[in-house]
Amino acid sequence: MSGSAHPAVLELEHVTYTYPGASAPSLRDLSLTVCDGQFVVLAGRSGGGKSTLLRAGSGLVPHFHGGEISGEVRVGGLDVRRHGPGDLAAVAGSLFQDPETQVVMGTVRSELAFPLENRGEPPAAVARGVEEAALALGVAHLLDRPTHELSGGELQRVALGAALAGRPRLVLLDEPTSQLDPVAGDELIGLLRRLNEEWGTTIVLAEHRLERCLAAADRVIALVDGRLACDGSPRDFLAWAAREAPALETPGARLLSRAGLAPPPVGVKEARATLRAAQALPDPAAPPLPIAPPPAASASSHTVADPAQPAAAPPQADPARRELFPPTREGARAADSPPSPPRGRLGRLRADRAPAALRLKRLWCEPHDGAAILRAVDLRLAPGERVALMGRNGAGKSTLLRHVAGLERPTRGSVEAAGRVALLLQNPNDYLVHERVGDEASADALAAAGLSAHADRHPRDLSGGERQRLALAIVLDSPEPPAVLCLDEPTRGMDRAHKADLAVLLGRFAATGTALLVTTHDPEFAAAFAARVVLLGDGRPIADGPAAEALAGGWYFATETARILGGAGGALDPEAGAALVRTLLAARAPGTAAPGTAAPRTSTTPTEARP
Amino acid sequence: MGYRRRPSPLHAVRAAVGSGLCVAIALVALLYDHPLVLAATLVAGIGAAVAAGVGRELRRTLLFALPFVALVVLVNPFVSRQGLTVIARFGDLPWFGRLDVTLEATVYGGILGLRALALIVAFALLTLVVDPDQLLRLFRGVSFRSALTATLATRMVPLLQRDGRRIADAQRCRPGPPPSRVTLLRAVASGALDRAVEVAAALEVRGYGGAGSASGAAARRQAAPWSRHDIAFAAVAVALVALAVGGRLAGVAAFEAYPRLEGDWGGATIALAAAVALLPLLPFLDRRGLA
Repeated sequence: MSGSAHPAVLELEHVTYTYPGASAPSLRDLSLTVCDGQFVVLAGRSGGGKSTLLRAGSGLVPHFHGGEISGEVRVGGLDVRRHGPGDLAAVAGSLFQDPETQVVMGTVRSELAFPLENRGEPPAAVARGVEEAALALGVAHLLDRPTHELSGGELQRVALGAALAGRPRLVLLDEPTSQLDPVAGDELIGLLRRLNEEWGTTIVLAEHRLERCLAAADRVIALVDGRLACDGSPRDFLAWAAREAPALETPGARLLSRAGLAPPPVGVKEARATLRAAQALPDPAAPPLPIAPPPAASASSHTVADPAQPAAAPPQADPARRELFPPTREGARAADSPPSPPRGRLGRLRADRAPAALRLKRLWCEPHDGAAILRAVDLRLAPGERVALMGRNGAGKSTLLRHVAGLERPTRGSVEAAGRVALLLQNPNDYLVHERVGDEASADALAAAGLSAHADRHPRDLSGGERQRLALAIVLDSPEPPAVLCLDEPTRGMDRAHKADLAVLLGRFAATGTALLVTTHDPEFAAAFAARVVLLGDGRPIADGPAAEALAGGWYFATETARILGGAGGALDPEAGAALVRTLLAARAPGTAAPGTAAPRTSTTPTEARP
Repeated sequence: MGYRRRPSPLHAVRAAVGSGLCVAIALVALLYDHPLVLAATLVAGIGAAVAAGVGRELRRTLLFALPFVALVVLVNPFVSRQGLTVIARFGDLPWFGRLDVTLEATVYGGILGLRALALIVAFALLTLVVDPDQLLRLFRGVSFRSALTATLATRMVPLLQRDGRRIADAQRCRPGPPPSRVTLLRAVASGALDRAVEVAAALEVRGYGGAGSASGAAARRQAAPWSRHDIAFAAVAVALVALAVGGRLAGVAAFEAYPRLEGDWGGATIALAAAVALLPLLPFLDRRGLA
């Protein structure tokens, strides 16, 4: 699908590319055309070829990486085999994942000027380009700031500004939001949409969290094993994903498809419109409805807001079913959620005496040269409890984990753990110091992490998910099992399937009695593994409660299902949300279907759905 | 310690002028042995730093520099055999032989320390008030690639330091005995290489190495108009150099430590010292046009 009569800005014809030393090609006979002014989202699992396609568009493939290429890649009419990245930079700007390594100059002004200077622009054109890029990206106030003082979000904006400073026709972005918090990530997507609409810049964006960007896209290209698997509108893509690649479905699309509604929604607004048209949009203020199990109840079925039902046994998650995010609630309300706050002095006394895996008492972190990072944090984790620690960047999440693991000492207050505390920091590469996987951890630890087969490989040759598991095996490789396992942003840059695997793995640890404390910006992941969510703001917990409460009522800190349903019923994941919707549909159309037995298939279009 | 743009007249000037002033202060310190003139350069440097709002950062630098300066001051009397006024006798010592400490060597040690301090202040001031990117851009005409390499080094060193700290933290999280130093060093080097590859890729996609890259950048000069602050500080830098060179040629502020202490403490010396101390501070009186 080229999609329009506009001139092509990126063309691939039967491109097959293999990295040096790789046994299989990363792109296989790939042909596609991207036209001027399109906003294209690249979808696919990790290792599917998205990054390679973007690097071919910027000329890094094959000029920088080497390897074997066949077929033709043209960027703005320039043949990539004859023109290197330096020449292509005038047509295509590029932005990659890690903003730290893309910003090369000392100040923002110099960074924005750098690409223009490289093109030999005269000083007046450089000054104008810097000014315009700074204004377009909202970084004019940062122009004279040193780059090493900028936050991750600011750095990524500056790097995008540098990519755009010469007003390229095409911008190639490889998961630019993966290192950002939800606020900065949403801002960046909004910015790309504005650039596309107002400047006509062609955007090609590879992204794992599709729910974040599909609403802005004209077209979605899905790659599977380096081949073109789907090329169509966002709605066509979602329909394809529902059939062929459930791991790529957005939670909203999954919710409606499980509820038997169509068409798949591209965003929250469309999903709500479809539900409204089907008279299945729950009233958030209404009391929770009793929900019967969905048809063909399986291990992934859910019981939502039914206090009368006994807690279901946690289902046996099967990592082989990678396309499914593991069940989230798992009857968690009754089994795993922290008990209600103790009432009365006796209740508080009992709660204090109950065994705790971790207890923070009035924990303060007050650095010598700055504001307090943690302010009198009180936190208690029971053995086996699964807690997600959320909050904006700079709220103190990582600092809290560092105190729990003993990497930092509190200035006031105390940390008490029932045993060893294992901490997995953000970057798993930091743990990998040996030449062989087998030297990093014991055979038992590798087997537990499912890495026995890779014992003789170099750790840096593993995939991202495998490296994460190896790092986890390293921190857990001790005769003494940890009382508390802390993970700092473990899902950065992970695709949905790897997140599902990680959630399953964490669930197993919790089942052995290890308390989990995991910082994350990803509400979907938090909903998948956590029974309790602590929201940190300005160095102290500002919300602490069951995940269904904490993630259902927020704006940024809410799953897409909760945003679509307005938090109704405390449903966080598509399966629970679909059960709620089915119940509503059944209650409002008696006789058409018994609740949970035969889901009605209601097809509406967003246009029809609008009141 | 590093450059950060502040609303001060010295931060507002172009890199050539800002570095010119710092070099002029350093030149005075190098040309004169007279303690009064050296003290004046110190006053000029510290005064400019305070007036530019970087006094606290300079103080941090001085705290690190003072032990080195103290070493210079203390060592000279014990290693210098010159001077006629003996103030302490230590007799015959192994390795040293006969050790007499003279007043002249002690005073000259103080002068060396004062000069070292003045030079440290001048170059710390340069680091704090001159935009390193602009400064390196001045050298692009000479060698674009070397200037870019220097820019990258200044950007990457703190980044690699942070990487090193992160790796150290990760190793502290490993149960059991820590890996050997060689293993860690290899891991840090490997991480640095990864970083280098990523930065190289970023440079490529920013057009480095493209058709207009080196030639275009080398030929360019920033055509910004001279501001009042540019003019004022450039005039002060030129005046300082002229005063220093002229005074030296005219024999003003002469000072000899050996064999006996002899110095010119006349009006010309005092005037020179006063000029050296006050001239660099005068442009700070004009704060128009600052954000």
